[in-house]
Amino acid sequence: MTQPDFIQVRINGEPRRVAAGASIAALVAELGLDPARVAVERNLTIVPRSTLGDVTVADGDAFEIVHFVGGG
Amino acid sequence: MPETSSDTWQVAGRTFTSRLIVGTGKYKDFAQNAAAVEASGAEIVTVAVRRVNISDPSQPVLMDYIDPKKITYLPNTAGCFTGEEAIRTLRLAREAGGWDLVKLEVLGEARTLYPNMRETLIATEVLAKEGFLPMVYCADDPIAAKQLEDAGAVAIMPLGAPIGSGLGLQNQVMIRLIVEGASVPVLVDAGVGTASDAAVAMELGCDGVLMNTAIAEAKDPIRMARAMKLAVAAGREAYLAGRMQKRRYADPSSPLAGLI
Repeated sequence: MTQPDFIQVRINGEPRRVAAGASIAALVAELGLDPARVAVERNLTIVPRSTLGDVTVADGDAFEIVHFVGGG
Repeated sequence: MPETSSDTWQVAGRTFTSRLIVGTGKYKDFAQNAAAVEASGAEIVTVAVRRVNISDPSQPVLMDYIDPKKITYLPNTAGCFTGEEAIRTLRLAREAGGWDLVKLEVLGEARTLYPNMRETLIATEVLAKEGFLPMVYCADDPIAAKQLEDAGAVAIMPLGAPIGSGLGLQNQVMIRLIVEGASVPVLVDAGVGTASDAAVAMELGCDGVLMNTAIAEAKDPIRMARAMKLAVAAGREAYLAGRMQKRRYADPSSPLAGLI
């Protein structure tokens, strides 16, 4: 039995450990977020919602995950 | 009144009946916010784009209270001080919401929240090239307004007074000049404090008014939302009716003939 490897990423400015090989879709699900209501930026580039399952999280990735809030 | 019900306006090919756009900030809670939107009759609300709270994702969110399928969400870049930040924010907004109609706002300084027009103009060009339909917060400058239009702005949104000030329209001459020169909708975007201010904007020929604080900071926001709905409708009707000419002196309304 080998332990799953973990990698280090930043999500909304905060460091976080993620299982190596996880997709962004898996990451979003693990955070308890509804992918239909958020937008994901990875290293300053938008990741289209339709491809969240295809992109594998890499060590050192910086994510911004945003949604709509009240504002003027 | 059939004339009123058929009085619609269009922005970037989309047709709306309500000429009042309301913000969704500063409310006590989401329920009050939703009730105020309902009372205002608004079909468009502005929203901000912010990081999700990853430590507590189960918190209620705006979409639980204001349904984006019924009310058009207009993502706004409030809080952005450079064109680059604003563009980045709107790219995320387009991905989150899936639509291109957005509100661009690039601020120049925190004290006045006055727009940085140089950055605003550059960002408008970039957004238009990327297929966005930007409605643009801007200075009350008729020349800058035309430049924005040429750059691809689908609506011109000059301030009537500083954002959140509630001072009313301090620049009626300039707003009227912008309205006269524009071939896209003009909406007063900031400065409205009470119902008469909204009516003034509409009487000047604006296509609509956007406000947030005037409703959210009223003692009774829901009642003020209703007042704003009526004021916008009244101002629009007065504009369409065509006001009387002003006179320097009195002119009696009763006939002078037949006096006893």
